[in-house]
Formats: sequence, C-alpha cells, structure tokens
Amino acid sequence: MRVLYFALLRERIGMAEEEISPPAEVRTVADLVIWLRGRSEQHDAALANPTMVRVAVNQDYAQPSDAVRPGDEIALFPPVTGG
Amino acid sequence: MTVRVQREDFDTGKELDRMTAGQTQIGAVVTFTGLVRDFADAKDGVQRMTLEHYPGMTQRQLETIVAEARHRWPLDDCLVIHRYGELMPGDRIVLVITASAHRQAAFEAGAFLVDWLKTKAPFWKLEEDGGQRRWVEAKASDDEAASRWNR
Repeated sequence: MRVLYFALLRERIGMAEEEISPPAEVRTVADLVIWLRGRSEQHDAALANPTMVRVAVNQDYAQPSDAVRPGDEIALFPPVTGG
Repeated sequence: MTVRVQREDFDTGKELDRMTAGQTQIGAVVTFTGLVRDFADAKDGVQRMTLEHYPGMTQRQLETIVAEARHRWPLDDCLVIHRYGELMPGDRIVLVITASAHRQAAFEAGAFLVDWLKTKAPFWKLEEDGGQRRWVEAKASDDEAASRWNR
C-alpha cells in the first residue's frame, strides 16, 4: 500500500510518500490513520487533528468507514485551498 | 468540455474565441478568472505563491465537477484551467468558462464550478513574504459557498 502526503502534512511528517504493509486488522480509513499515527512522533503530531486531515483512496475522497486494501494508493492532505 | 491542469499561463480571450467559434447555438458565455491577490494580512504583502497539487487526483476531481455541472445545467460547453507551481501577485490562477443558449445556466454553472473546485480540487497554496512562509488555511466561508449547491 502506497501512502502519499501533501502540503503541510508532507512537511510535518517529513516525507512525500511511503510504502507500508499494515497488519490485516487495519481495514478502514479510520483504522489506517490510527495505525499511521503510531509510526513516528511526526506522524502522530501531523495526524492528531482529524479536522485538518482529508483522505483519498485511489484518487477519490474517502470517508473514515471506507475500506483500504493492499495495493491501494492512499493520500492524506489538509483541507484544500485552490481556486 | 475541457479540463487542463498546467504550469503555464492562459489567455482568457483566446480560450473564449476557441470555444465559441462556429457555435452559433451559444447565446451566453460567462468567464471567471481567479488572480493571485496581494494579501492584506501578510506584513509586507505576499511576494510569491506556490500552488501544490495532487496530479492524478486533480484532473479526476475537476472532470467529476465538470460532469456534475453538465448534469445540472444545459451547457453547450465548459472549460476549466487551473495552474500550479510558482505564481506572483497579479498572476492568473484559474479560468472557468461556461457556455449555454441562455445566460442563467451559464451564470449558475460558472458559480457552481468555482465554488466546488475551491472545496474539492486537491490544490494547496503556500504564501511567501520575505523570509516567512505559510500554508493558506481553508476558509469556512468557502465551505458555505459550496454547500449552497448541495442537494
């Protein structure tokens, strides 16, 4: 599973992407965010406030209850500010 | 229907001409151009802005938003161009053009596209002035503007 980070989250976590293999009990977006927070202090701080984190699975917006699977492209980023 | 995500500038007049050439069923064209503003809340004014985006998802999201606009209004054509990369105050960031037989559809679809892309398209603005850099925060007023189109 590939995880991409953008903008402020990328800077706080200190990387643009990482390849991960979470355990089988990580089934949903919400599970994955909790699991990612355990990876480092930077991950934990960057992902601590759920209102500042949006998640996309395979380039579509995802809800916390949506499934994540091996091979998915997961992106985590702050609320968008284009236009 | 066209969506372009690009580093380069665009020419609003040329895009409008291209869209309407020979299309005499079009009676109304609305264009919206978004510019980099010299933000008042930065101490010395913004000297530079960098727009980051999520390449694959950006194109996809913009196409989804355009498809939704076509579903809601009788549009003959529409165009969205959104730039990324380094921009200076006064530079053009985004262009939305909507064309329809009548003005109401063109006006409403244009406003809808701008409101939705501001809250859904994965772009992030980084402002720099002097030695300071800061990521622009999302505004609740943008969410409210987008939510008026919910149904």
